Amino acid sequence: MDHAAPRHAGGPRSFVERLRDGDEIAHVVTLTFAALILLITSMLVYELWVNSHLSRAQFGWNFFWTQTWDPIFEHYGAAPFIYGTLVTSIVSLIIAVPLGLAAAVYLAELAPRNLSDSIAFLIDLLAAVPSVIYGLLGIFVVVPAVRTTIGPILINTVGNVPVIGRFFKGPNYGVGFLTASIVLAIMIVPFIISVSREVLLTVPREQREAALGLGATRWEATWKVVVPWARTGIMGSIFLALARALGETMAVTMVIGNDPKIRESLFASGYTIAAVIANEFTEATGDLYLSALIELGLVLFLMTFILNGLARILIVATERGGGRPT
Amino acid sequence: MRKSLLVAFLILGLAATAGAQSGTVLLNAAGATFPYPIYSKWFDVYHTAHPNVQINYQSIGSGGGIRQLLAGTVDFGASDGPMSDEQLGQAKFKILHFPTVLGAVVPTYNVAGITGDLNFTQKALAGIYLGTITKWNDPEIAKANPGVSLPNADIVVVHRSDGSGTSYIWTDFLSKASADWKSKVGNGTSVNWPVGLGGKGNEGVTGLVKQTPGSIGYVELIYALSNNIPYGKVQNAAGKFLKADLAGVTAAAAGAAKDMPEDFRVSITNAPGATAYPISSFTWLLIPAQISDATKRDAIKDFLKWMLADGQGFNESLSYAKLPKPVIEKEKKAISLVQ
Amino acid sequence: MRRLHLIWRKSLNVVMLTLTGVCAFAVVSVLFLILGYFVIHGGSSLNWDFFTKLPKPVGETGGGMANAILGSLKLLLLAALMGLPVGLMAGVYLAEFGGKTFSFVIRYTTDLLNGVPSIVIGLFAYSIAVLPVKHFSTVAGGFALGIMVIPITVRATEEFLHAVPGSLREGAMALGASKWRTIATVVLPAASGGIITGMLLSLARVAGETAPLLFTAFGNRFWSPGWSQPTAALPEMIYRYAIAPYEDWNRQAWAAGLVLLGLVLLANLGCRYVLHRRGFSRSV
Repeated sequence: MDHAAPRHAGGPRSFVERLRDGDEIAHVVTLTFAALILLITSMLVYELWVNSHLSRAQFGWNFFWTQTWDPIFEHYGAAPFIYGTLVTSIVSLIIAVPLGLAAAVYLAELAPRNLSDSIAFLIDLLAAVPSVIYGLLGIFVVVPAVRTTIGPILINTVGNVPVIGRFFKGPNYGVGFLTASIVLAIMIVPFIISVSREVLLTVPREQREAALGLGATRWEATWKVVVPWARTGIMGSIFLALARALGETMAVTMVIGNDPKIRESLFASGYTIAAVIANEFTEATGDLYLSALIELGLVLFLMTFILNGLARILIVATERGGGRPT
Repeated sequence: MRKSLLVAFLILGLAATAGAQSGTVLLNAAGATFPYPIYSKWFDVYHTAHPNVQINYQSIGSGGGIRQLLAGTVDFGASDGPMSDEQLGQAKFKILHFPTVLGAVVPTYNVAGITGDLNFTQKALAGIYLGTITKWNDPEIAKANPGVSLPNADIVVVHRSDGSGTSYIWTDFLSKASADWKSKVGNGTSVNWPVGLGGKGNEGVTGLVKQTPGSIGYVELIYALSNNIPYGKVQNAAGKFLKADLAGVTAAAAGAAKDMPEDFRVSITNAPGATAYPISSFTWLLIPAQISDATKRDAIKDFLKWMLADGQGFNESLSYAKLPKPVIEKEKKAISLVQ
Repeated sequence: MRRLHLIWRKSLNVVMLTLTGVCAFAVVSVLFLILGYFVIHGGSSLNWDFFTKLPKPVGETGGGMANAILGSLKLLLLAALMGLPVGLMAGVYLAEFGGKTFSFVIRYTTDLLNGVPSIVIGLFAYSIAVLPVKHFSTVAGGFALGIMVIPITVRATEEFLHAVPGSLREGAMALGASKWRTIATVVLPAASGGIITGMLLSLARVAGETAPLLFTAFGNRFWSPGWSQPTAALPEMIYRYAIAPYEDWNRQAWAAGLVLLGLVLLANLGCRYVLHRRGFSRSV
């Protein structure tokens, strides 16, 4: 294929010849960088593993379901934090994904190009807002809103629905799982919108036109043809968003109530792994305490591992029909 | 295009080296958040008077300060709670404690219909935070506040979520006030709170209390004063209900000064004396006893001398209490221990 | 019956499309709320002093965050230099060269890395770049931020390289270009719009991070000469000042937030302008 490399009649080329091509080099170079990511992550996990050995030795598997977190009597358990992390991440995705996807669809398909570009630009800025600012806004705006407006409305409406109603009962102080999820949703929505919009823009015009040519309405063309085509990219943006939600510390800790307990109601206060690490790490003294906090980091890593795996299985399961050929 | 890039890099390179001076003594320090305002003031004033000495203090938390000191990444540390014997044992070198200022922790609350100062007995505070006292009109609170009509409302307890010296002081006091607390919860920068919501930082607690009717929390005195937050009176060891102020804090320290151990590691909560505010505490600088770099050592020693003399003059303007004279004298002697 | 179905489809069309517009504007209004807060609370503190002076202790007015602004710039530069190339190259590998299983492993690992809380990354950088040399430095901070920049960059690069139509690739190869040449001169430029967006997004995200800098760049009340001293940074100052009980500091925190956003805005604008000049248009 490449004119530059001399060819042996019919046989495979030697390593030197392939090297001269430049393709091998490119392959090796990019491979090295990709492997670097593997190296960094492995080192990170190794550090987490090594530095948490005291806690692992002391508590073993019980760490996962112990519900106490007591720095004075040195009794540590991860259960409340695992629960809180799961609840806030999932609920924030439930809020952010439809919102973000809808906005991305609007920006990519319907808005005039200039408007779309400007708005996308501004939304990118949202990603740069420091976590602590989101936390402050959470305290000044979201917490009162949940306590006085959103909370009562939800309790009176959804609270009475049979199955999911139990999540919307109970005392409501404004801080808690729901508030944290709302704040998280606002924080992760820019990632979904930004990347999804770009991906939707790459969908070839022909696809859209073909659908419209067959009599689809604008919405049908978008929902049934364009969006599925961009599905992997959109999923990718959701992964990004999920990752951010799992690891977010500052904003969450300012509005979640910081109570290491497992409670059913979304209005109850809770705690997440990232938040407790951020809150207690700087002050922690005592090797077992530090070790337990680091073990929490390891647990979060494991959770991310599993959640990512589940999500990927979900993608593969829905692979049939209407995707961009990979 | 290339040229402008080159120029940009040059400017950045120059900017990167901005501020480099020879002969400057650079000291890095880390630790307590509670005295950050006064420390930053001190280090700034000291720098103006001694332009070749730069003391860079970052308030990453008492625990963080202790850890970084033990790791050797900072020149000295600061802590709201004294280092334990265990921690001192972990150090490869001897560490000296130097009290710098005094602070207090006050109970702040938000109860419908109450505008004046509420009195809190020690048992009341312990009971509230243990979760055994759950209503505002509980007899333990009511008997200390005759004539005040307390509502039959739930008490929403607020505590600190982040590890902090303030929590250390508060739980230290509660441990002395209630044997129950001491055995069930204990004292430290982070504890397993039996009840309550956690707010991040003083401002988190204040925010929660302000927004939640029927709530009670604890914050540093300085914070309460700067933000005009209502706070209550606490009963001290002598039985008097005191509203925290700088004089009461210094009185607490004076009371403890008589029995001050040589290494200054002492808790002054619940100090004896009629005018002593019971929830007071020192905050300490942690200085290594051996400093190999002579210029750094001299700078630190000189700063300590300055801190005990001129430095104390700035305390009150920032709502920190001064160290009592006997303590200052003792510390001056201790400076010579830094070699 | 068909008529009814048609009316249903048409109304669904209108409803859904309006809904998407509503969502878009809901998000934008949140942004304006935030920007508005910044401007109202911090606008008054933005003066020449803010950009040129060092921070003053509490109680003294004046003083600025000049060292934090410079510190943030230096940190972002380091993060970009360390993280963007890794992300870009890894993305190229995944899209163009990768074998099935190894690519899967890399992708998975990248997503994992993205989910690590920023404070844990800071701790990792602390043990690698600070403990061995026993002092905090700008380089350590840049290292921590650089790690955080990688995942988004990888995803964006891979995604948008994939999106380049096969016809472009085949055209180049038909003209005799080798694979790497095709990638470098045809595919990457075609995907550049999306890739640059991804890079800017990742830089924007780390620009606002505090936690990873706590134990690496540490913070500094003074100027930080060179690259091996602790340095101040805007997000760290914002964090300290925003939660302090002093109103002057609070206002400065909002002003700093405004400056931070301004920096990110400038970076965005600058990159797009440069790309525009060079003729890299957005993908189709």
